[in-house]
Amino acid sequence: MQDSDFITLEKVEKVFEVRKKAGFLKRERRQVRAVDSISFTVARGEMVGYIGPNGAGKSTTIKMLTGILMPSAGRLRVAGIDPSRERTRLAHRIGVVFGQRTTLWWDLPLIDSYRLAHRMYRIPDARYRENLDRCVELLELGALLDVPVRQLSLGQRMRGDIAAALLHDPEVLYLDEPTIGLDVVSKAKVRGFLKELNTERGTTVLLTTHDLQDIEQLCSRVMVIDHGRLMYDGPLAGLHEAGEGERTLVVDLERELPPIEVPPCRVVRVEGPRQWLAFPAGQSAAPLVAAIAAAYPLVDLSVREPDIEAVIAKMYAEKAVS
Amino acid sequence: MGAGRLYAAVAAGGFRRYATYRAATAAGVFTNTAFGLILVYTYRALWDEKPHLGGYDQAQAVTYVWLGQALLSTLAIGGGGVEDELMERIRTGDVAIDLYRPVDLQMWWLAADLGRAFFQLLGRGLVPFAFGALFFPAYLPTDAGTWVALLVALLLAMLVGFGIRYLVALSAFWLLDGTGVSQMAWLLGYFCSGMLLPLNVFPGALGEVVRALPWSSLLQAPADVLLGHADPLRTYLFQGAWAAVLLGAGRLLQSVATRRVVVQGG
Repeated sequence: MQDSDFITLEKVEKVFEVRKKAGFLKRERRQVRAVDSISFTVARGEMVGYIGPNGAGKSTTIKMLTGILMPSAGRLRVAGIDPSRERTRLAHRIGVVFGQRTTLWWDLPLIDSYRLAHRMYRIPDARYRENLDRCVELLELGALLDVPVRQLSLGQRMRGDIAAALLHDPEVLYLDEPTIGLDVVSKAKVRGFLKELNTERGTTVLLTTHDLQDIEQLCSRVMVIDHGRLMYDGPLAGLHEAGEGERTLVVDLERELPPIEVPPCRVVRVEGPRQWLAFPAGQSAAPLVAAIAAAYPLVDLSVREPDIEAVIAKMYAEKAVS
Repeated sequence: MGAGRLYAAVAAGGFRRYATYRAATAAGVFTNTAFGLILVYTYRALWDEKPHLGGYDQAQAVTYVWLGQALLSTLAIGGGGVEDELMERIRTGDVAIDLYRPVDLQMWWLAADLGRAFFQLLGRGLVPFAFGALFFPAYLPTDAGTWVALLVALLLAMLVGFGIRYLVALSAFWLLDGTGVSQMAWLLGYFCSGMLLPLNVFPGALGEVVRALPWSSLLQAPADVLLGHADPLRTYLFQGAWAAVLLGAGRLLQSVATRRVVVQGG
């Protein structure tokens, strides 16, 4: 294994068999292909966003990468280890954080869960102290260590969970919606911490999320998965073109007028004297603005960049049709 | 050994988790004492009619009742062990987190359950037992050796109890809602452990069968050790054999479950 293929998937598939009721005592078997021949590699120290709609196969992929699900076909390696065969050995080298679940001991003070991690991962004492101090400082956990986990707010618990996943210096961190349900301030704290972790420690991070700001602020590379297939793998900026994004001209006219006709603009919305015009993201806005100004009584105008969420929604929709 | 320290930490955590709920403990002590009172009067009436029933005299029958109350929650015979939590984690998919850890699922839950059991023994068991010994003419051995022998039998009973309940809990991987299985196990446990009546009292073939089942390791076996009714070593052998079988079956089922069954939820 080299650093460039720290995480490797080659034509990985996961097929679930679902049994459905089809009458009294009769069951129909149906195969669901949750992950359909996915291949990618992640280099050591990369921070990759893994996105897709609900049920796209994101969590199934993560479960295979941690070894709790066995792939139906294909080859999968994390740090040179076959996860499902050596789950326990791999567990010492990875950290997992679920936004919707907690690893912390619900009834006991936060610090108890960390002491347990100390034993569980056999972290040398000095290392444990150092990592704990660092997490406590950066994630602002100092006042929370003696508070029972059930009394923590969602944002506090999330920060507590992230710390718990990092005490043993994992080489890979899987984050499953780490900012779900958090307020703006908590989100910023979590993102800031992850960014630092990645740049200073070189921890490889695989992040699944529905919050595209997470991706925009953290990941240089993004993978989009839908219906178990990898639909896009590349820099975030490239998604616009891949999704055939459109930019929008918002035009304020002097008075209400019929929809503006300046090709290749397409009026998508009219509200009194204001009109919204969509045009291909690749095209320059300048000649269009000139053409509109020449033919219509223009008061004000602004250009809106394509919304990454809209781009992705469009990608999903197109795939669903085809 | 690192693993030993880890599971000791898990057990200590299990102990302290139950210790945080003081009101529940107090309510439990009250319930066990009240329940013991009902049973002890029933037993005394029964033993008045039939002295030496099952080979016990009346003082031994009284001790049997209070030992039963001390062990009811310790061995989670009527439910309330870690299996409830494990089943819930399987149902919601939280068990995925347990599987991400570099630990063995069964050992983890066994350690947690032992921690729980020791807390219940001290927190909920001692008071009803002391109450019974103080206010009723109970049979109490005077040599320390018997009490030590009882402790060993209790430890083995904890292993057997966990072994049974772990199997019950794992059924949730297939059934999702394990309530029915839980209730069945609860009912069987109540009857077959001797919680209602000592198994010695059961007649004929029924008696032979229930005394051979794993549940008799829970209450009947430690009680017979305490009351000087059974050879401790033979009792340990019986309990140890069941513990090995049940824990082995648990391991087997666990490996099938984690390999084949879908972990719930995204």
